[in-house]
Amino acid sequence: MGSLKIETVKKSFGPVEVLKGIDLEVNDGEFVVFVGPSGCGKSTLLRIIAGLEDATSGDVLIDGQRVTNAPPSKRGIAMVFQTYALYPHLTVRDNMSLGLKQAGTPTAEIDQRIAASSAMLSLEPYLKRRPAELSGGQRQRVAIGRALVREPKLFLFDEPLSNLDAALRVNTRLEIAQLHNRLKATMVYVTHDQVEAMTLADRIVVLNAGRIEQVGAPMELYNKPANLFVAGFIGSPKMNFIDGARLGETAKTVGVRPEHIAVSQTEGTWKGTVIHAEHLGADTNVFLETEKAGLITIRLFGEYQTGPGATLYATPDAARTYRFGEDGKAMG
Amino acid sequence: MSKAATSLPRSIGAHAVLLTYTVIALFPVLVIVVNSFKSRNAIFRSPLSLPTSETFDLIGYQTVMAQGDFVQYFQNSLTVTVASLFFVLLFGAMAAFALSEYRFKGNTMMGLYLALGIMIPIRLGTVAILQLMVASGLVNTLTALILVYTAQGLPLAVFILSEFMKQVSDDLKNAGRIDGLSEYRIFFRLVLPLVRPAMATVAVFTMIPIWNDLWFPLILAPSEATKTVTLGAQVFIGQFVTNWNAVLAALSLAILPVLILYFFFSRQLIRGITSGAVK
Ligand SMILES: Nc1ncnc2c1ncn2[C@@H]1O[C@H](COP(=O)(O)OP(=O)(O)OP(=O)(O)O)[C@@H](O)[C@H]1O
Ligand SMILES: [Mg+2]
Repeated sequence: MGSLKIETVKKSFGPVEVLKGIDLEVNDGEFVVFVGPSGCGKSTLLRIIAGLEDATSGDVLIDGQRVTNAPPSKRGIAMVFQTYALYPHLTVRDNMSLGLKQAGTPTAEIDQRIAASSAMLSLEPYLKRRPAELSGGQRQRVAIGRALVREPKLFLFDEPLSNLDAALRVNTRLEIAQLHNRLKATMVYVTHDQVEAMTLADRIVVLNAGRIEQVGAPMELYNKPANLFVAGFIGSPKMNFIDGARLGETAKTVGVRPEHIAVSQTEGTWKGTVIHAEHLGADTNVFLETEKAGLITIRLFGEYQTGPGATLYATPDAARTYRFGEDGKAMG
Repeated sequence: MSKAATSLPRSIGAHAVLLTYTVIALFPVLVIVVNSFKSRNAIFRSPLSLPTSETFDLIGYQTVMAQGDFVQYFQNSLTVTVASLFFVLLFGAMAAFALSEYRFKGNTMMGLYLALGIMIPIRLGTVAILQLMVASGLVNTLTALILVYTAQGLPLAVFILSEFMKQVSDDLKNAGRIDGLSEYRIFFRLVLPLVRPAMATVAVFTMIPIWNDLWFPLILAPSEATKTVTLGAQVFIGQFVTNWNAVLAALSLAILPVLILYFFFSRQLIRGITSGAVK
């Protein structure tokens, strides 16, 4: 099993600096998720860890070994790609065994590893098929199986679920979570889906424009966002940001999550008019144009009867209101 | 293929246009083949009629077989075409892979340089090529022709193949790298099979001009031992008398190997040409 250490990794494509100095430590057996908006460098960082891309400067250590100059196959890693990337001309079995054959693993051991991992992922019925004869979900399971048989120190996933439909995504997510529990392997997982990040991660790394904004357990990021970016990125619907000056506060920006605002028809802190209401069954999202705080989103649990034009009073939960200074950082 | 609804008149119209074109394109070939089986008089009297029992004559084929060493010419043509084709495809694909896969300084310039030959005909350099071949003692060898044709075919091959190789998924190549495949195995085992239709397209476009070429065989390898079929057939075209039976017979025979090679590639070729539109 392996730990991972990234030391001031920078990466430029020509004049464009994509990663601006990343430092990170991942402990043995940990499940770490990289999230961030599109183009922030998540995949690039993962590819540098895998050795598919050279860092412009900085070092990568896997299991204490400096692997900066080692080729991908010698790093003890396995990777699962968004597009599955199965070899189209090989059967499922051969797809899974190719890496081991390359490494000169004895046949008996290859067979035994394939048997074990195909049992784990219920792939036995498909071993003789080619990728073209499998559904998307099955292909992704084969890709995970191909990673499993390598028994790597470190698993890397690059948005493995984003090509699957919603139902399969939930199933496969569960499968990956179980896999992690069973194997206790170190996993690094890239996604831009915050539900995946929150549900799978031991720790989340929030990236933005080539920098790490915050590293922490999912609830830590939710409850104690370090800055405006993380506060806005984690949580859905997005946190309301209100200009501090409008509320007579010293902070530059005041943030309050939609689910931490109570409403009343008779009294409250902010009076406003409903612009629109989204009825989702389990939740109701109300968009309220208030006199004092501007347009805010409120998330109410369960059904709530209201519609455009109605007058409502909103009261933020004072204990769960966040304050951010001029530099965007959270204030004490 | 799309199964978009088409109205009957439109489909008839389209077929009429295509059929007309096919007839126009095939007509000269048909005339050559038909006349090659006729006697000399019949060729001139009624060039468009089919051979009858009176006018049927194999004299052309007999002359071709008797005269010169046509089997040898055929062998020469085949050797030159197949060898050039092999090198064009091999080096073209390798260069295309490097251009599409690796980032290095001057990548774009290199690509443009390699594609330059599409616009500049290689025949402009004939004199220099001849001097080069004389200097290196390659005149009257098949090697000379193979080298020239390889150079002639490479630009188009690199250009077409690098476009197709850019479409091969990066993830797939990276999966191969993680599994420890060498760059050569990634190229030969993962990428080449996926661009097979493009290879067939390039093969056909490369092969036909080489087979039909008269220029370079005449200049670089006119000796009896290295003559190609197209050059060999010229012996029947005299300044004063032309043995039309033999010319037509030789040309008919020369069509055959290309036709066979074409059938060999055609399924892939059609896929290669249509894939751009379908994707
Ligand atoms: N080969 C390359 N050449 C030049 N720029 C590149 C290259 N690969 C990536 N980039 C740039 O690097 C930045 C980060 O790319 P990366 O693929 O890491 O983003 P990402 O965070 O994975 O985004 P997404 O969520 O859309 O996958 C992007 O702005 C991209 O344009
Ligand atoms: Mg990405």
